[in-house]
Amino acid sequence: MISYHLSYKRFGQQAILIEWPAVIDEKILNDLLSFKQKIIEHYVDLSVYINHAYNSLLINYEFVDFDFGKEIVILQKLYESNKIEGKLSLKIWKVPVCYDAVFGIDLKVLSTTKNMTFEQIIECHTKAAYTVYFIGFLPGFLYLGGMDERLYVPRKPKPRLRVKKGAVAIGGMQTGVYPSESPGGWHIVGNTPISFFDASKSKPCFVKAGDKVQFVSVSLKEYSDIKILVDEGVYFLESEVLYD
Amino acid sequence: MIKVLQSGFYSTIQDFGRYGYQDYGVPYSGVMDRYACTMANTLLGNPKEAPVLEITMTGPTLEFCVSTMFCVSGAEINPTLNGSTIKNNKAIAVKAGDILSFGKLINGYRAYLAVFGGFQTEYVMDSYSMYKGVTTNTSIVKGDELEIEAMTSPTKNHHAVLRVNTSYLTEKNLPVFIGPEFDKLTESQQKVLLTKIYTVSKNNNRMAYQLEELLENMLEPITTSPVLPGTVQLTPSGQLIVLMRDCQTTGGYPRVLQLKASAIEILSQKLTGEPVVFKLIKM
Repeated sequence: MISYHLSYKRFGQQAILIEWPAVIDEKILNDLLSFKQKIIEHYVDLSVYINHAYNSLLINYEFVDFDFGKEIVILQKLYESNKIEGKLSLKIWKVPVCYDAVFGIDLKVLSTTKNMTFEQIIECHTKAAYTVYFIGFLPGFLYLGGMDERLYVPRKPKPRLRVKKGAVAIGGMQTGVYPSESPGGWHIVGNTPISFFDASKSKPCFVKAGDKVQFVSVSLKEYSDIKILVDEGVYFLESEVLYD
Repeated sequence: MIKVLQSGFYSTIQDFGRYGYQDYGVPYSGVMDRYACTMANTLLGNPKEAPVLEITMTGPTLEFCVSTMFCVSGAEINPTLNGSTIKNNKAIAVKAGDILSFGKLINGYRAYLAVFGGFQTEYVMDSYSMYKGVTTNTSIVKGDELEIEAMTSPTKNHHAVLRVNTSYLTEKNLPVFIGPEFDKLTESQQKVLLTKIYTVSKNNNRMAYQLEELLENMLEPITTSPVLPGTVQLTPSGQLIVLMRDCQTTGGYPRVLQLKASAIEILSQKLTGEPVVFKLIKM
């Protein structure tokens, strides 16, 4: 397995920031997730909190005493120790999305700027299996990678003050789902009845970093049927286990 | 129980926050001023992080429906009990029917009301801290009934001798460490950042405090990376944004400084128009 040159930075008096090379890359994600798992196991008995983004990982030592210099040496050794392999079971989630113009309020503009038909946009958007890099920005907001270049589009010059919960959107080189109603500057192409954040569950989001997400186009009728099941808490999302 | 007769400007239940859910994009939340929360709780014999009511700028009017003891700390907002002035940082016994209200803001911006045993409102993901999308309620409103423990015989045996320091309420210096992208600033930009007097803009809330004065820069955005309460971000237009307790978990602006924990407390007691200066702590 590849080893990267990592940088370890002090982040205030209570945290360490570990950085991989500044590129968005699945190999880096896998290396980061493997190291993260080792760090979690290493600190299992301590109140140490860890979160990550594309190529960086933050360890928050707010509630424990730690010596910055010593801790970095320990972390460096931990990184070089045997990599965890095949331990993470990853899934590919098939997320239903209705691309009807009722929801896909920016499809028309996109179709004009990209010179693509609605069908071509939808086909392009549902073909890819997107990699989940991390969750951030809002509770349950997935940072997805792997969108087809043909769909790259600058963000809207003026963000909407209210984007509906479940809106599926495209912005820059990214695509994503708004997990709750919020302001947003991405182009909205559809809506999913699936909830990406449920505060009452011990795992508030069913997706985790490293998983893949594929969007499946459904009709308005199918959307409403799924929505009823979701609201009743009896909808089971289709997924397959991935093996690397 | 405590009945909310008037809600005031903005009051929320907070403890020390929600840790371990940042990988789901959930903010840390928690009291903005941990020092004041600690003082109010300690004076009652509570654990320092017991859930308190964080009161912003103007206070609510509250009716106690049980006997208990309470303590107010942090900002001075002229608290009165049944119309008589009371002091901050004093454990006070009350009985059912007593009414606590607040008056004019004198000093600071956020006051903390602790009650014996702490507020027992909705507990979600290991925390009582209110946050939109996580807890059902996102602030207290008129007519709310806040659950608290009844004390059979409130006595003043919690007279812990505690020296409460209130000088931070008027402090303008914010102790800071350099942030991960500090070195990307030129030497002269660094010097400006660490000496200039900045003004708290009207965009200040539990998520972030924006500052008025701009710091012209040519820094590239970073690949989205974790941030913390107390992280100072610099936007391409030169805006300095100090992230606070309800901030998002990741961000894409360069992180030029990181506030020391005590600086978050100082800043959280500042209101629009007040000056602050970043003071670098050498490591």
